[in-house]
Amino acid sequence: MIESIVSYGLAVGAVYALIGITYNVMFSASRVFSFTAGMLGMLGGVLGALFIGKLGLPTIVGFVLVLACGAVLGVITEIVAVRPVLKSIEQHLYVLSTLAFALLIQQFTAIEWGTEAQPFPRLIPISSGWFDQQFWLPLLACAATIVGLELLYRRTLVGRAFLAIAEDSYAARALGLPEQRLRLASFALAGIIGALAGFTGGEMLLAFFGNQAILSFYGFVPVALGGMGSNRGAVIGGLALGLFQQAANFLVGGIFAAVAVFVVFIAVLLLRPEGLAGAAASRRV
Amino acid sequence: MEVTQTTIPRTSARSGWLASLEKAAPFLALGLAALAFPLLGDSYWGVIVTRACVYWVLVAGLNMVVGFAGQIAIGWVGLLTLGAYTTSAMTAGTAMPEVSPYLALVAAAAIGALFGLIVGLPALRLRTFYFAMATLGFSTIVTQVALAWKSVTGGGIGVAGPVFGWPFTGNWGFYYFCLLIAALCTWMTINIAGSRFGRALVAIRDAEVAAEASGIAKSQLLMTVFLFSGALAGVAGGLFSSLQSYITPDAFTFDLSVLFFIAILIGGRGSVLGPLLGALLLTALPEVAAPLVAWSTFLYAALLLAIVLAVPGGIADLLDFKNRRPLERHREVVPRPEMLTRLLGGEGSVLSLANVVLSFGGVRAIDGLDLDVRPGEVHGLIGPNGSGKTTTLNVISGYYAPQSGSVRLGDAVLPPGAARVRASHRIARTFQTPRVIGGASVLDNVKIGGTIDGHGSFVEAMLTLPRHRRDEAVLRERALLALSAVGLESLADVRADRLQHSELRFVEIARALMLAPSILLLDEPAAGLSAEEIRRLGALIKSISRAGTSVLLVEHHADLIFDICDRVTVLNLGKVLAAGTPDEIRSHREVVSAYLGA
Repeated sequence: MIESIVSYGLAVGAVYALIGITYNVMFSASRVFSFTAGMLGMLGGVLGALFIGKLGLPTIVGFVLVLACGAVLGVITEIVAVRPVLKSIEQHLYVLSTLAFALLIQQFTAIEWGTEAQPFPRLIPISSGWFDQQFWLPLLACAATIVGLELLYRRTLVGRAFLAIAEDSYAARALGLPEQRLRLASFALAGIIGALAGFTGGEMLLAFFGNQAILSFYGFVPVALGGMGSNRGAVIGGLALGLFQQAANFLVGGIFAAVAVFVVFIAVLLLRPEGLAGAAASRRV
Repeated sequence: MEVTQTTIPRTSARSGWLASLEKAAPFLALGLAALAFPLLGDSYWGVIVTRACVYWVLVAGLNMVVGFAGQIAIGWVGLLTLGAYTTSAMTAGTAMPEVSPYLALVAAAAIGALFGLIVGLPALRLRTFYFAMATLGFSTIVTQVALAWKSVTGGGIGVAGPVFGWPFTGNWGFYYFCLLIAALCTWMTINIAGSRFGRALVAIRDAEVAAEASGIAKSQLLMTVFLFSGALAGVAGGLFSSLQSYITPDAFTFDLSVLFFIAILIGGRGSVLGPLLGALLLTALPEVAAPLVAWSTFLYAALLLAIVLAVPGGIADLLDFKNRRPLERHREVVPRPEMLTRLLGGEGSVLSLANVVLSFGGVRAIDGLDLDVRPGEVHGLIGPNGSGKTTTLNVISGYYAPQSGSVRLGDAVLPPGAARVRASHRIARTFQTPRVIGGASVLDNVKIGGTIDGHGSFVEAMLTLPRHRRDEAVLRERALLALSAVGLESLADVRADRLQHSELRFVEIARALMLAPSILLLDEPAAGLSAEEIRRLGALIKSISRAGTSVLLVEHHADLIFDICDRVTVLNLGKVLAAGTPDEIRSHREVVSAYLGA
C-alpha cells in the first residue's frame, strides 16, 4: 500500500507542480493569474488521447503535436484574454477574461470529445512494474522542466530577459526589451509546460474534460501557498499535496482529503496572504 | 448673507415621488407581467419562469457581492447546493425527524448565511484571483461531500426535494411562492443599493482608498453582505430542490455558477435592474434556441468574454439614457462659500506632529518632522518633489505608520497606520489623483463622505425603516449643500466619470466637507485647474478655514499658497527647512534659493 501511496502521490504531485509552474510562467511575464493553466493540463490529456489513441499517430509525433497545440493555445490566451485587459490590471478583469476563455475551450472539448473520461494510450511499450511509466513519466517531465527552466533563465540571454520582465517590466521596457514579444513567448512556454503536464499524467488522470477544474485548483494551491512566482514552492508544494491526498485517500477517504486541503489553503492564506515564502507587497496611496 | 441665497437649488437633483416612480416603473411592469403570467396557462413555460425566479433569488444576493462590492465570487453554486440539500434532507428526514418545508427553508437560509460568511472571509484578506479560486474550490468540495455523505444526501442516487404545502400548493402555487420571495429579494436589494451601505460597497469596489478615508469599515460591511448573500443562496437552493423535485449532485454543475455570475456582468455592475434582466435572459435563452442547449455554457462563456472585452458596463449602461444627454460644454465651477456655515461649524483642535520619522528602506522620507496646524487656519506645506509632503499627509491620514514620533489631534493621539478611524476624528482629505466612483452620480459620490454619520443599521436600510429614511434625508440635504458650496449642484445627477478633471477635484472637496471635518487635508487641489479656477478654489479654501475647519494644503502653485495661507511650512528632504507666515517664507534666503527661485 505504501508503494502505491508514494508512487501515485508523487506522480499526481508532479502534475500539480507542473500546472503550478504554468501559472508561474504566465504570472511572471504579465502579473496575470490565468485560469487557463488547468485547461492546458486537461487538453494535454485529451489531445494526446486524440492524436495517439484515436488517430493512431506515432507516439513521438503525437507528443510534439500536443506540445505545439499547447504553445498555440498559450499564444491565443495572451492575445485574446490577457493583452486587452492588461492596461487596467487593477480592475482584475483578467480573472474574468481568462476564466471565460478557459470555459470556452472546456465546453468545446466537452461537446466534441464527450463528457466521459476516456483511456489514454500507453506511451512506451514496456511491461508495468509497481513503479510504472504512468508514475515516473510525470516526475521525469517535472524534473526536466525545472532543469530546463533553470538553464533557460540562468544561461541564455532570452531567459535573462524573461527574468528582467518578471522583476520590473517598466525598467525592462525602458532598456529596450521587446516586452510584448517576450510575454507572448512566455505564454507559449507556459502552454507547452501545461500540455506536458496533462500529456505525461494522461494515463493516470485519463482524457477527461473535468480534469480542468481539478487541475486549476490543485495546481494553484501549491503556488499560492509557496508564494506566487516561486517554482521551488510549486514543486515542493505540489509533491507534498499529491502525497497528502493519496495518503488521505487510502487511510481516511478522499472527502477528508479534499476538505482538509481546502481548509489548509484558506487558513494559510488568511494568516499569510502572500504565501509561506512570499514577501508582503506595499500599498500605494 | 441673504436668506434667498442659502436655499438649496432643487433644479437638477430631482426628488420626490416622481423620481422614485420612474425608478420603480420597470420593476412594477415586470412584477405585473409575472403576476399575470399564469393566465397564459402554459405549464412548460411556467416551470421556466419559476426557475428564473429561483435563480434570481440567488443572483439578487450574489449581485451585492459581485456587482456592488466587486468581489469575484465564481463558485456561488456551492451555496445553492448546500441550501438544496439542507431543505431536502430536513424534509425527507434523512438526517433528523421530518420538519415542515417552510421551516427547512429557514434553516437553509441560516446554513447558507453561515457558509456565505465562511466562503467570504478570504475576500477580506486575499487578492482577487485567490478569492475566486477559494470560492471555486468550495463549490467543488460541496459536490464531493454531497456524493460521499450517502446517508444524508443519498449520494449519486439523490434525495427527494421538499413539497411546499398550503397555501402554495400545485405548480402555480409554487410559482407564486417563488415569485413572492423573488419580489421580496428585489425590494430588499433595491433598498440596500440605494442606501449608504450600497454606496459604500461600490466605493470599496471602485475607490477603496477613498472609502477607507471616509471611515467605511470594509470587513464589517463585506461580512454583512456575505451573510445576506449566503442566506438568499440558501433559500434559492431550497426552492431549487423543490422545483427539481429530486436532486443529485449532478444538478449542481459549475455551469450554474457561470450562469449566475454572467447574469450579473451582462446586467451591469452596481445595478439591480440589469442583473434581473440578465438572469431572465440567460434562463430563457436555451429554451428559445432549442438546438443550442448543449452549447449553452459555451455561449455563456463567449458572452462573458465579449462583455469583459467590449461592454464592461452591461445592460444597465445601455439603459442609462439619462447619462447620454450631452452636458453643457463650457461649464464653470463657481463655489458659493456662503453655504459653508450651514455645513461646517464647530471648533477645531490643534493637529500636531512631533518628531515623526518614516523611512522606506534606506530613504528617510520624513526625518524628524514637527508640525502644528492651528484651528481655523490654512497651513501650506510646500517643498520640492520628494521632500515628503504627500508622505506627511499619508502619515496624518493613517496610510503610513511612522517608525517614531506621534500625531495628535487636540488631546487625542491618533493611532499610527489606521486610516479608517481618521474619519471618526473628523479628519478628511482629498487625493492627488481624484479617487471617485466613476459609475456613480456626483451626488452619490459626495454622500460617501457622510457614511459614518448614519445611525440606521444594515437591516433597517434593507427594510427601509424610519431611522434609515431619516439618515438618507439628512445625507441628501447635506450632500446638496456641499455640492452647492463647491459650485457643482447643477451636475448632481451626472455620472462622475463624465466630469472634467478640475470638476472632480471639487467633487472630492465636497465629499470631504460632508464629514464636517475639523481638519481638511488637501493634496495638490489646484493641479490641472485654470488660473480663474485656482482663484475661486483659493477663496473656497479660505472660507472653509474661516468656517472652523483647519486646512493643511500641499501645493506647488506658490501664488495660491502665498495668497491664502496663514502659515507655511517648507519641507526639504523630509525636514522642515523653514516655517512662518507667507511673508517670512517669501523672504527666507534658503527657501528662495532651494525652491522658489529668484
